[in-house]
Amino acid sequence: MDDVLSVFDTRLLGPMLRLATPILLAAIGGLYTQQAGVLNIALEGMMLMAAFWAAAGAYFFQSDQVAQNSAWLATLAPWLGLLCAVIASTLLAAVFGLFSIRFGADLVVTGIAINLFAAGGTIVLMQRFFETKGSFSAQGRLPDIRLPFLREVPVLGELFRQQNILLYISIVIVVVAHLVLYRTRFGLRVRSVGENPEAAQTAGIQVRRIQFATVLISGLLCGLAGANLSLGYLGQFTANMTGGRGFIALAAQTFGGATPIGTALASLFFGLADAVSVRLQTRGLPSQFVLMIPYVATVVALVLVSRRRLFHSRHRPSVEVEKAEAKP
Amino acid sequence: MEEQHGADAAPVVVMRGITKEFPGVIANQDAQFDLREGEVHALVGENGAGKSTLMKILFGLYTPDAGSITMGGSTVRIDSPQTAIDLGIGMVHQHFMLIPSLTVAENISLGMEQKRGPFYDLDAAIEHARQLSTTYGLRVDPSARIRDISVGERQRVEILKSLARGVRVLILDEPTAVLTPQEADELFQVLRGLLRQGMSVVLITHKLREVMNNSDRVTVMRAGKYVGTVDTAATSTEELARMMVGRDILLRVEKGDAQPGAVVLQAMSVTTEHDQGLPAVRGVSFEVRAGEIYGIAGVEGNGQSELLEALTGLRKTSGGSILLNGVHIERASARRRRELGMAHIPEDRLVYGSSESSSIADNAVIGYHYHPPLARRLWLATSRRARWALDLIRRFDIRGARPEAPIGSLSGGNIQKLILAREMSREPNLLVAAQPTRGVDIGAIEFFHRKLVEYRDAGAAILLVSAELSEVLALADRIGVMFDGRIVAEFAGEEATEQDLGLAMLGVSDARRASA
Repeated sequence: MDDVLSVFDTRLLGPMLRLATPILLAAIGGLYTQQAGVLNIALEGMMLMAAFWAAAGAYFFQSDQVAQNSAWLATLAPWLGLLCAVIASTLLAAVFGLFSIRFGADLVVTGIAINLFAAGGTIVLMQRFFETKGSFSAQGRLPDIRLPFLREVPVLGELFRQQNILLYISIVIVVVAHLVLYRTRFGLRVRSVGENPEAAQTAGIQVRRIQFATVLISGLLCGLAGANLSLGYLGQFTANMTGGRGFIALAAQTFGGATPIGTALASLFFGLADAVSVRLQTRGLPSQFVLMIPYVATVVALVLVSRRRLFHSRHRPSVEVEKAEAKP
Repeated sequence: MEEQHGADAAPVVVMRGITKEFPGVIANQDAQFDLREGEVHALVGENGAGKSTLMKILFGLYTPDAGSITMGGSTVRIDSPQTAIDLGIGMVHQHFMLIPSLTVAENISLGMEQKRGPFYDLDAAIEHARQLSTTYGLRVDPSARIRDISVGERQRVEILKSLARGVRVLILDEPTAVLTPQEADELFQVLRGLLRQGMSVVLITHKLREVMNNSDRVTVMRAGKYVGTVDTAATSTEELARMMVGRDILLRVEKGDAQPGAVVLQAMSVTTEHDQGLPAVRGVSFEVRAGEIYGIAGVEGNGQSELLEALTGLRKTSGGSILLNGVHIERASARRRRELGMAHIPEDRLVYGSSESSSIADNAVIGYHYHPPLARRLWLATSRRARWALDLIRRFDIRGARPEAPIGSLSGGNIQKLILAREMSREPNLLVAAQPTRGVDIGAIEFFHRKLVEYRDAGAAILLVSAELSEVLALADRIGVMFDGRIVAEFAGEEATEQDLGLAMLGVSDARRASA
């Protein structure tokens, strides 16, 4: 028992944040579409495509031809990789939106198609350009930000001692998402479209345009998420390196009640599960069970969500009844 | 009223030669309509007469195949609701177009929101809603969420939404279907206020009494075509009904006195819960005897639906007992209850009453399909089923029905007739009929009412639940009024008045009196 508990200590906090970042970025993307009433299961594929193009872009701008012509471009290589990732995944999101929202194809079927396309497509591209089916190095990665003054602070020190810049960007994105959804005109329209598209339409809102916009936003954020996977720490792309994180992001968004703050907390929970899994791998436990942890955590979380829904639907109407009774 | 806006009042909208065809149905054929400034113009017709379609064309939800719309002398093309709103035309739909989780102010401002810096200006929206609310005398709380307010208030929000967009022509689609008589009166008072400010109102309805009391002119449509326009003052309910149906119909149900026999259905302190676990029915007791119609009236959402589901086996009871011919059935399955002699016309005819994708023949037997002669051991007798269905179609005058056609090819009234035919085909001794004539045309209503009285006279016990007060009043021999999960008053059919029932429906305790 002591052995099990000893897994949990403050040194898990750093990996938790690190592993939560890609989930969080993709989950915020899924949150936008969810609020607009679009179930986006293509997060996984968009993220994987982004991870590939991030690594491939960084590799290309790092290469000798580029370095010889313009050295300054080469210094920016990881950032240009990030840009490639965002463009690729937003384009993929546009394809998803075009088929599902513009032409009315089934969301789930289109999403599966996108995911299969990304899974196969990245391997084909990898073989074509890097002559391997397994993995290739990006020859660089996005910078970490060190906050040395936090070193001595107990918990914060562990959390922020050395984190990738994308973590800080993702924190900003959570705050922005909250403001956009609840404080802007666009957010109000997104929420109305998600809740009652017919009503939104008769109020003069162009429903499909709003939905398409949220799909593009999810593509952009999946671009950051994918770049975080390949360029954040490893500096390499591996076949199928998302490993279901797009679906975990979808779960995080659901677990978080489709609100930015809730989604952030849910992502941290899944990050923790991931971190525990990584930690236990070094302890000589059977890897099959250890690797299962993030996915088991996802299932548990989703069960909790549905139980909470039942609880809420049981308790929320009491407010309405009280109000109704208070009326003359 | 004619003096204020007589024949020479300027037409605001003129629709001519409107034709609209949907796959397999001509919804409008050479229909016409004109609206004068400052009038309430009622648009009446049976279900499927095309009145909603015509107004949806005016509101830009459908584009007509032929015909023209002119406003103020010039031809306009209305290809979207947005265009209609820009031209000053607003529509309040039967199903409210509101976002439940947003506030009243947010709903009103949706689509035309004010900004402050990069943000949505909620304060301005609340202020605007408050101003509109006082200007037009429509009471609402701008900061309340839609899901927390009553149906009447939601309707006021819908009207405010149109007014906020500067609408001069307001189309109301069956506005009183969801209101109590008192709320309906209040609505018409508000509308009169709007007329004084120069607005014009189109009232789509099939309640003729409402038309007679609240409109200036009436346009009647039948089978997608224009029948005529008359001044309300110069017409009568009977004439309008004749124009709608194309023949004389009985508006009153002719029935003799009930001859109540043995108790067939007895409910004793029945309680049951909403899906969310809150009490919906808080101890309801009543009995229905053979040869009588027991009516349950009430504003929707006061436990009627849950009570019916508990009685018919679709919802678990949490207390009390239900006896059918003296047998306890509170724990019996729906199938068992049917075998014991209960028939059920469910509230939602498309979800519970029929299977939309199945054929008319399948729908005509379902629930009884496993009995001889429709089944033999493991096998269904499919050839007998078609004959069975044909027989029902003939006896119940279900027009346009072929046994092999999908039930979706029938109109609402004819689907309902088929359900009635099926449910009565086993000669049950109890018929539970929930909203049997909701949304069906006058001809079908008349048919239903005649049939129900016929079954009553043949000795069946009938439990009728209807949101339509006039229907309960016309048919029921005894009436129970439900409010907040209880039967708060019981009246003998002949001595109940609409006023008394209306008060009891609102839970006003003075109305409580036992007369049964």
